[in-house]
Amino acid sequence: MPEKPVDEAALRDEERALRDRFPESVREAAFEKGELTVDVGRASLLEILRFLKFERGFSSLTDIIALDLLRSRGETASRFVLLYELTNFAARIRLRLRLEAGADESAPSAVPVFKSADWAEREIFDMFGLRFEGHPCLNRIYLPDEFEGHPLRKDFPLEGRGHGL
Amino acid sequence: MTDGGSRPPFLLTRADQFITWAQKNSLWPFGSGLACCAIEMIATAAARFDIARFGMELFRSSPRQADLFIVAGTVTNKMAPIIRRLWEQMADPKWVVAMGNCAVSGGPFPTYSVLQGVDKIIPVDIYIAGCPPTPQGLLHGLMTLQEKIARSRPTQEIFRTDARETG
Amino acid sequence: MAFKEIELNMGPQHPSTHGVLRLKLAVDNEVVLSVEPILGYLHRGMEKLWESQTYTQIVPLTDRLDYLASLSNNLGFVLAVEKLAGVEVPKRAQVIRVVLAELQRLASHLAWVGFMANDIGAMSILLYGFEQREDILDIFEEYIGGRLTVHGIRLGGVPRDLDGPLIARIKTVLDAIPHTLHDIQALLNENRIWKQRTVGVGVISPAEAVERGLTGPPLRATGVARDTRKDFPYSSYDDFDFDVPLGKNGDVYDRYRVRMEEINQSIRLIRQALEALPPGDVRAKVPRLFKVPAGEVYHAIEAPKGELGFYIRSDGSEKPDRVKMRSPSFINLQSLALMCQGNLFADVVGILGSLDIVLGEIDK
Repeated sequence: MPEKPVDEAALRDEERALRDRFPESVREAAFEKGELTVDVGRASLLEILRFLKFERGFSSLTDIIALDLLRSRGETASRFVLLYELTNFAARIRLRLRLEAGADESAPSAVPVFKSADWAEREIFDMFGLRFEGHPCLNRIYLPDEFEGHPLRKDFPLEGRGHGL
Repeated sequence: MTDGGSRPPFLLTRADQFITWAQKNSLWPFGSGLACCAIEMIATAAARFDIARFGMELFRSSPRQADLFIVAGTVTNKMAPIIRRLWEQMADPKWVVAMGNCAVSGGPFPTYSVLQGVDKIIPVDIYIAGCPPTPQGLLHGLMTLQEKIARSRPTQEIFRTDARETG
Repeated sequence: MAFKEIELNMGPQHPSTHGVLRLKLAVDNEVVLSVEPILGYLHRGMEKLWESQTYTQIVPLTDRLDYLASLSNNLGFVLAVEKLAGVEVPKRAQVIRVVLAELQRLASHLAWVGFMANDIGAMSILLYGFEQREDILDIFEEYIGGRLTVHGIRLGGVPRDLDGPLIARIKTVLDAIPHTLHDIQALLNENRIWKQRTVGVGVISPAEAVERGLTGPPLRATGVARDTRKDFPYSSYDDFDFDVPLGKNGDVYDRYRVRMEEINQSIRLIRQALEALPPGDVRAKVPRLFKVPAGEVYHAIEAPKGELGFYIRSDGSEKPDRVKMRSPSFINLQSLALMCQGNLFADVVGILGSLDIVLGEIDK
């Protein structure tokens, strides 16, 4: 796809800056299809987000995406993965952070750093059942409160479990 | 047609014809615009397709003031009780048109949150297929509804409470 | 006057909520204290449904997301799939995609101005906007058969070529739109009632807008110059000249002016694209059961409502493992509470209209 060529050097700079500042938290980094994905540890997620927002210019948390890796990993502790898409508009680069949600199916809430995470986290709670510690008001956003189950989990059937009408 | 028994008296058929003529030419739609079909419904009400020709330009927002419930769009399980309540708030005589595949039978969404057809909660008079139906399709469906109303017998409903029948 | 907080429910059945949106308002006499949107009345389970469909089958389903701009949804999704699979889209197809996407932007903005003005009370604009929009929908219908849910952009390119008569028809419509725009602007731009209801209403500052992830015309109305077509160009948009209109005050009036000027810029883009159509194929060869290599990708486009992004994760089969849509209306709606605070209760309708939300996209 002849789009503008991605600035791999700029992305590698960001990776290096992250590794320098958070050597224990930053694990792997993969550059594929013009996108950089950096694996981070849960404990310093908020500090990493603050660092990227205030010191590296990633002013926008574009989206938070949750994955259910039941099919490939089974019912293990690392079943759920969270991805944070960040965008630096001034430099025109995007970065993705990858975080394992852990056995207790929770993660720190990004709302203290980016207000746009509010509803994105509620949606993930609704669809996957992952809880976000520190979220101001973690309720379901789409489905009624009395709905049982979390539809986007791989073991939830498409047509539902008959709790509708 | 299927009323059995003797033919109804001349005056009553004339009264039926007059009442149904008035009803079918002055239907006030309650536009329950839920999803994509709502846009085609609005396009039908706009200048090019002009639903006003059929007497239906007065889309009411309150069910109390309407007599034609056009369910335009996907009915989700969350919205279903509300649709039912809105239908109950409409006064008789009322008619329901299920516009679009989602209202007819759930459309392309056989999922956990979509009601597979609005006729599961309210009785439907006319089904209009399409995703979305074109304005011409909606108008054809509404004209079919007008024919259905023309065949109905309002006087029999007045005089015989057990007979709510249409052709 | 004694303070009395009243809780009001607006929707989900309401003529001005642009769909089945429910708003819980807390008002003090006429002043809005808080607004809480309650969503999910159109939640159809799209993302779950997509996991059981092939990529080719998903494309028409994306039409039903933002149903006022279905070609934009198609474009966003197919670009993400093509990026993941490494499909080379022929240049002619890319330029035709620009034409279609910008025509769709015109149709979306014309419908928007109709709804917005109708909410404020100027119903004629609804009829003008929709009448002009019908000409554009006629072009779509002649091109591929669909008016609203068009499905006119497919994996690998576009389904049909733009032939001479169709191009001539597009040019005729492009000549007519500025007259309609002139009529609408003559009625609204300096209209005292319109200005009283829109100037200074629903203000948001640039910093707050960026913080809350606002994109699209509401963000540009605050003066922040962000447009995915310029920042992360796709589908040969960087071959063409166009401006990104900006506002100053971040109020409802500026959002209206930004969208009206975007109509002019879209016309400019389409004219350039029609002149610059290179020869070649209009579609790359993509099998119907398209097995996309394993991996993940995020790609965003500038839809009429804002930044529309698709994250796709493939496990190597012909059905995706996960598709997540970054919905501009969903993120934009988060700012409604801030914009409505302190405004009059009657302005909620105007502010909600100016955000240009579509429930199909919000609720997925």
